[in-house]
Amino acid sequence: MINEVLIAISIVGGLGLLFAAVIAVAYKKLKVYEDPRIDEVEEMLPHANCGACGQPGCRAFAELVVKGEVKPAKCTVSSAEGLARIAEFLGVDAGSEERKVARLLCAGGKREAHNLAEYRGTMRTCRGESVVTGGPKACSWGCIGLGDCADACDFDAIVMNDDGLPVVIPEKCVACNDCVVACPKGLFELYPVSQKLIVQCKSLLEGDLALNKCSVACTACGRCVADAAPGLIEIKNNLAVINYDLNHLATIDATLRCPTDAIVWVEEAQFAKVQGTWLPTGRVEKYGWKENF
Amino acid sequence: MQNTTNAIGPLQTFRHGVHPEEFKELSCNSRIERMPFVEEYILPLGQHIGAPSKPVVKEGQRVRRGEMIAEPGGFVSVALHSPVDGTVAAIDLFDNPNGQMVQAIKIKTDPFSTQKLAVSLPTPPENLTTKDFIAAVQRCGLVGMGGAAFPAHVKFSIPEGKSCRYLMMNGCECEPFLTCDHRVMVEYADELIDGCEILHRFIPAEKIYIAVEANKPDAIVILREAAAKSKLKIEVVGLEVKYPQGAEKMMISAILGEEVPAGKLPLDVGTMVSNVGTIVAMSQYFRKGLPLVERVVTVSGTAVKRPANVLVPIGTPMRQVVDYCGGFTHPSPRMLLGGPMMGAVQKSLDVPVVKGTSGILLLTDNEVTDINTFNCIRCGRCLDACPLFLNPARMGVLAKKGLWEEMEEYNVLDCFECGSCSFVCPSGIPLVQSFRVGKAMIRERKAREKGGRVS
Repeated sequence: MINEVLIAISIVGGLGLLFAAVIAVAYKKLKVYEDPRIDEVEEMLPHANCGACGQPGCRAFAELVVKGEVKPAKCTVSSAEGLARIAEFLGVDAGSEERKVARLLCAGGKREAHNLAEYRGTMRTCRGESVVTGGPKACSWGCIGLGDCADACDFDAIVMNDDGLPVVIPEKCVACNDCVVACPKGLFELYPVSQKLIVQCKSLLEGDLALNKCSVACTACGRCVADAAPGLIEIKNNLAVINYDLNHLATIDATLRCPTDAIVWVEEAQFAKVQGTWLPTGRVEKYGWKENF
Repeated sequence: MQNTTNAIGPLQTFRHGVHPEEFKELSCNSRIERMPFVEEYILPLGQHIGAPSKPVVKEGQRVRRGEMIAEPGGFVSVALHSPVDGTVAAIDLFDNPNGQMVQAIKIKTDPFSTQKLAVSLPTPPENLTTKDFIAAVQRCGLVGMGGAAFPAHVKFSIPEGKSCRYLMMNGCECEPFLTCDHRVMVEYADELIDGCEILHRFIPAEKIYIAVEANKPDAIVILREAAAKSKLKIEVVGLEVKYPQGAEKMMISAILGEEVPAGKLPLDVGTMVSNVGTIVAMSQYFRKGLPLVERVVTVSGTAVKRPANVLVPIGTPMRQVVDYCGGFTHPSPRMLLGGPMMGAVQKSLDVPVVKGTSGILLLTDNEVTDINTFNCIRCGRCLDACPLFLNPARMGVLAKKGLWEEMEEYNVLDCFECGSCSFVCPSGIPLVQSFRVGKAMIRERKAREKGGRVS
């Protein structure tokens, strides 16, 4: 009786010891060295996993930073102190990256751009409406205004205003590209904050044809081209296109004679509430209503 | 009537599918009428799948009926011809049925324009090589007229290593309301058989099938009579009335009992499927020299005064076609190009009839009811309806959460958007609508990855 118990104990115990030995050997032989600094750097990153740096997540970014392939400043979500801490920890230069924000290249809200039809289906998202003849708006390039971008934003940087347009809050935007992907009309672009001259329109129609669909459309009149530095703006496919290589030449002058306020000078957010009404801040700049803020 | 139905013989069909109400009686007995010329025609350059055509005319240039106004912009592209004698008024952006504004050629009609073909001549198919035949079909501007508008010559050129054993002419027309293919089969039966013979000359298949749903017994009888006169072995098959019987994969499984594997084409099982309208148009090009400048369009629905089958020059604005059929009976009808199951809703009447337009449907609020969406009750009706045996219920949940990549694992890319799942869903869940969105998202992501842009 006692023998059987002893046999059982020794078999199980022996097996346990054998496997322990295998694991011990495997641990020594198959060990993969990982820089312990990666964990530390990852800990210092914001854990947003937003992808703004171009990497699939914070961990992958930390690996590259430790390897020295990218500068810590490529992380646009971290604060300046956070970046400095990482740089100090690794003994590298934090680098500098010009901050970018998402800009909406449309200003045609409910007031400005009229609808041709009413969507009465059950998929009330921009994507859902855009597969049905490109959405109810007369302008086939314009913002549908149901806030797919606001839903996609992980940083609450986009709010929908009562004119049916998304407002990007520059302080919160980390340029993660999510809204760019979410918009079925491709209306978002990531612009460095120094690019203040913006054409808020993508309509390729000319003159009255564009105006018939939206009151703030670019009519390709060419006044901005004449008022700006030579080569800065040109009209391509009935749309003013700014050459941002010459961005240092851009001034507010180019916007002053625009009949529809399609080209604007944006210092902060693109839209702001003025006396209870949402307006493009470009207009506020231009017509000098700043004191009424 | 009873006798003819019996004479159809045993009916074949596929598994799953749905039975929507047909509404074909509105227009199935009205003969095809030729619509008079209107003042202006708008011909979008991208009416087909593939690269848009390249204009070969200039503003102000005079063109004749049947003259080529745009040449193919690549291999997967076709030519475009003027439907009337007239003047090129503009080459600019115009509204297209897909909701985008696209480059199009606008032609102002001469007041005394006639049906006469001044510039194009018949091309006798007897002296052509296969290569010439493919080039001729591309020059004719022929696209699949069932709705997808895929260039016909691309379909007809069989890649190396593949062979075509069966030719199938698709006359199912399973979409409710539409009767244009029905009337084409009844009125152009000889041209259809002739087209089959022309195609068989270059694609020597073992057997030719003409598939017709059993709700068109007159077409079956007429086609059988016409086919008996031909030297070729042409079988007119009666198929059970079920939606989507006209989808090529469903038709193959109904007739041959073979399944086209996911992501493959009918040619991979040795079959080529072509719409009957396409074949008739091809016959007319080779025998009469008439390129694809007009097509039969069903104008139907309860909101139109006089439902009809109209032979419409391509490029006619939808508004003029509706006016020709007596206008609206309802102040604000719902407008669709195509049938109610797969057709594209329109927001404006200022879009032209294009090569892929099979019907103009005008419905009142009595037919189109706004539905509310409720939660999925897991009844499984969509699973029983999906002709491809996909899992619409699961994909609907994934789409609601925006998990597009996981939808791809559930083979959403195989979905051909027949809409059977949404049709049967008792909770009004927008299933096929969200798959359309999902497919667009997956395709966009793939294009981004291909372009090397990191998101």
